[in-house]
Amino acid sequence: MRYIGKKLAAMIITLLCISFLVYLAFDLIPGDAALAALGTDATPESLAALREQLGLNRPFLERYLEWLVHFLCGDFGTSYKYHMPVADMIVSKLPITVIMAVISFFMMVVISLPVGIYTAKHSGRRIDRFVMALNQVVMSVPHFFMGILITYLFGMLLKFFTPGGFVSYETDFWGFLSYIIFPCFAIALPKIAMSVKLLRSSCIEESKKDYVRTAYSKGNNTNKVLYRHVLRNAIIPVITLWGMTLADMLVGSIVIEQVFNIPGIGRILLTSISYRDYPVVEAVIVLIAFVVIVTNFVVDVIYQLVDPRISV
Amino acid sequence: MKRKKTYSPNFIMGLVITGAMLLLVLAGFIYTPYDITKMDSTAKLAAPSLKHLMGCDNFGRDIFSRVLKGMGNTFVIAAATVTIGTVGGVIIGAFTGYFGGLLDEVLMRVNDVVFAFPSILLALVFVSIFGTGKYNVIGALGIAFIPSFARIVRGEFIKYREMDYVKSARLAGVGQLRIIFVHILPNAMPVLLSSIMIGFNNAVLAEAGMSYLGIGVQPPSASLGSMLSESQTYLFSAPWYALFPGLMIILMVLGLSLLADAGK
Amino acid sequence: MAKRRQGLGKVLLASMLLTLTVALGGCSGDKQDGDSEKVSDTAAASHITIGIPQDLDSLVPSLSQGAGTQEILYNIYEGLYKPDSEGNLVPAVASDYTMSEDGLVYTFTLRDGIKFHNGNPVTAADVKYSIDTCAGLNGGEPVISAFSNIVGVEAPDENTIVITLKESSSSFMAILSTVEAAIVPADAADLQTNPIGTGPYKFVSRSLQENVVLERFDGYWGEPAHIKDVTLKVLADSDSIVMNLEGGAVDLVARISAAQAAELGDDFEVLEGTMNLVQAVYLNNAVAPFDNEKVRQALCYAVNRQEILDFVSEGKGTLVGSSMFPAFGKYYIEELNDLYTTDIEKAKALLVEAGYPDGFSFTMKVPSNYQQHVDTAQVVAEQLKQIGVTADIELIEWETWLSDVYQGRDFEATLVGVDASTLTAGAMLSRFRSDAHNNFINYNNQEYDAAYAEALAAESVMDDDKATEAYKKCETILAGTAANVYIQDMCELVAVRKGYTGYTFYPLYIQDFSKLDIQ
Repeated sequence: MRYIGKKLAAMIITLLCISFLVYLAFDLIPGDAALAALGTDATPESLAALREQLGLNRPFLERYLEWLVHFLCGDFGTSYKYHMPVADMIVSKLPITVIMAVISFFMMVVISLPVGIYTAKHSGRRIDRFVMALNQVVMSVPHFFMGILITYLFGMLLKFFTPGGFVSYETDFWGFLSYIIFPCFAIALPKIAMSVKLLRSSCIEESKKDYVRTAYSKGNNTNKVLYRHVLRNAIIPVITLWGMTLADMLVGSIVIEQVFNIPGIGRILLTSISYRDYPVVEAVIVLIAFVVIVTNFVVDVIYQLVDPRISV
Repeated sequence: MKRKKTYSPNFIMGLVITGAMLLLVLAGFIYTPYDITKMDSTAKLAAPSLKHLMGCDNFGRDIFSRVLKGMGNTFVIAAATVTIGTVGGVIIGAFTGYFGGLLDEVLMRVNDVVFAFPSILLALVFVSIFGTGKYNVIGALGIAFIPSFARIVRGEFIKYREMDYVKSARLAGVGQLRIIFVHILPNAMPVLLSSIMIGFNNAVLAEAGMSYLGIGVQPPSASLGSMLSESQTYLFSAPWYALFPGLMIILMVLGLSLLADAGK
Repeated sequence: MAKRRQGLGKVLLASMLLTLTVALGGCSGDKQDGDSEKVSDTAAASHITIGIPQDLDSLVPSLSQGAGTQEILYNIYEGLYKPDSEGNLVPAVASDYTMSEDGLVYTFTLRDGIKFHNGNPVTAADVKYSIDTCAGLNGGEPVISAFSNIVGVEAPDENTIVITLKESSSSFMAILSTVEAAIVPADAADLQTNPIGTGPYKFVSRSLQENVVLERFDGYWGEPAHIKDVTLKVLADSDSIVMNLEGGAVDLVARISAAQAAELGDDFEVLEGTMNLVQAVYLNNAVAPFDNEKVRQALCYAVNRQEILDFVSEGKGTLVGSSMFPAFGKYYIEELNDLYTTDIEKAKALLVEAGYPDGFSFTMKVPSNYQQHVDTAQVVAEQLKQIGVTADIELIEWETWLSDVYQGRDFEATLVGVDASTLTAGAMLSRFRSDAHNNFINYNNQEYDAAYAEALAAESVMDDDKATEAYKKCETILAGTAANVYIQDMCELVAVRKGYTGYTFYPLYIQDFSKLDIQ
């Protein structure tokens, strides 16, 4: 419990730091929202007036604290570009990104587990070598390009889905699912390769240990040893990896959303950055960081429960 | 265990691929068959031929020459990024791991902050403040890479600081800095080395991602990532435009990850 | 034991198969969807999906900023008058108007029986409210800066609106006809979430960064739109346009690049128009070496504009020689195009005269979101190498361009296209007056200022011929002093799926969906 409390406190401090740094960073960027709003028609007078109206003239700390208090109350401010509450903008888009991350995660677990075990069992054989070689190649392809290749293969050539034909979960849930399976696959693929590799090597390493030999010598059948003893221990590092990838997947979707034309949180973030729509950018980044940190925290706690030896 | 070390085929393959890639990078620094910005309206999207080994891009520029130079750029970006990440990571990791205490707490919190901040986001913020370009990409990625190195190095130092040989060195009055850099660091090298190789690969891939978002190397110069990103409009009519830069990225990453695996 | 092993193996196999079937199931389901969609396209024949490069920034006309937003809102909202495809101003919410002798009082007659999308009739009070809002007479700053010229808006009876100006202005009607000055209901609760106008299409729904759905307004006063449902789909980035078209996600995309057009298959027709802007290397006339006229002229001689067109747009596009494009008709001077024909030797000689025998290097800032400009910049940089001038390209975000280049004037050279917000000569030329607030190239030429003042004077007494003459003089001065390296009015390519017809080009930034039809 003390461990969890300590971690919790650390987490809150981390979040505060991030929110401060993010706010500061976007304060330093040249050009401001008033200018972006007025565009080519801006005159020095209208600029000054709008800056006044938006409160861009006040001291930095004052603006930060006010923002923070509002943020904690769930008021993320108003978008400069869309003139609507940031919270409203994010609420309808967050499920898209979260569902994508969850599906990708599920894909990773369901595919990498059997493949990893299978290759470990058949290590050195042709099939193992083939899978491992494929693995290496998959890990070497840039994310966005993997997305483009998947679009071309499944979308353009095989016509399994309509490239760019995203439909929202609000209008057609099944249509939504059948579309996002492909971007999810693009997000999951490199992670699948990573966890197959780790699981395989972890299984092989574990099965070389003395207790496994003892188990064999007692006349235990290979599979029983594998699933009862080896897997239980070999899976621990893999679970750590999975914990880290869940956060990765949320962030990885920024690029993949762009490739597959999906209006999720990543798209909102990228467009808001180029519009200098600070309230949106700050809210989204802090939110993403929040999710990442909370995920790490949960993984830490689970880890602690699974294996009390770890206290770092 | 055995005196004579036998190398696995994977290691040899990794060595050959990485060696070949390094040769191409070096060659690109010295010589390219064509000027990489030389445009030729008669050779727009020309297919590979003896004249243009890898074909031409939409401006009729020789892709082979651009791949050579692009590899150089990608290599420099990745190498510089990893250098920043390693140096920063080793310093932070070594001190926090060795001394522990309040310093450790504070620096690890800062570490967590940067770690939680997705590297692409960090790069976007960086580029928005300092503008686009090679050096800003290096800076952004380098900083984003520090935390992971710091974690690894810190873990190693925690492992070694309680070991008998370190304790006896301390008792013998050896200076702290000397213990850190002379006694412990070399022991952390194997782990560090393989994470450097993995880090290099991640940098290559991250550079490609950033080129896709349009914040990497500026035209008309090229990196493998920017070429790959530019090529996607022509994927059907000129697949070689994507093929060769893509292949080079895969080989570069593949070679090093084979080496890194063998190193473990 | 053996059985047990098999069992576990089966579980593993089954889980793998499950994933596969889920994936494939999704695929096949989607495929059917795609097929049935195509069937419904031809059967119901009243739906089109149009790809737009960015989301609408606002659904309230007076708050809308981007040209990309206003060109879409044109279909939902109308002003008292509006531009047609020839660039003429035609009656919309008003059916007629008269102007007083001194050009200060405009009297509009409301169109009989015109209705808003919510079914309410448009009243003089609605018009007064809308114009007052734009002119800042309801309190607050004028939304349209040119409307600060409005002194008062009166509604003497139900069908008449009288607008009084401080001083006469030849561009007043053009500005009044922009979508920003559209007529909206005075009692509308929230136009942002529920836009109500008088245009041929009414708003149905929107999802941020995803789509905007429109439906034909059956109570429209004019010729009704042909296609019933229009979905505007926001496209993530220009590189995915080809995939979205070929894959069937969208049916029409305007302003695609020549390279993208070349990738499209037989399902599409590519229509060709002009962008109506002046693409040029805009030079900061206040910084060295571009403060030297000879240097600027040298650049003009070094650039081969036809070669640029060949590289970037398959030779398509119209060369321009000054800050004016052909759609302006009477203001456009074609002869200026031939003022600087490519002549490397002459360019070098000019550089020597200017004191730069070994050339120099400069940074050219280019907004990264316009691929055509980025491509053009690369060709220009390559051409300038021939005279020993190095142009380093720096790609910047559009918003950074606005703040640093356009507002801050912190640049040496920039390659962009400058368009006109209205079809008045002033929209292109007023910015080059030495004291203009938007004179971002710091052009400073007294002769030009005098010529421009002459044009304004002629306009205020409604002497159109004299004004045109003076504007032409302005253009000639810009070209003669090589204010910028003028390149072209870019070609506008529109990809339309075969079966859809009626796409109409406008001389302004307008997409008119009401003219689209299905064969």
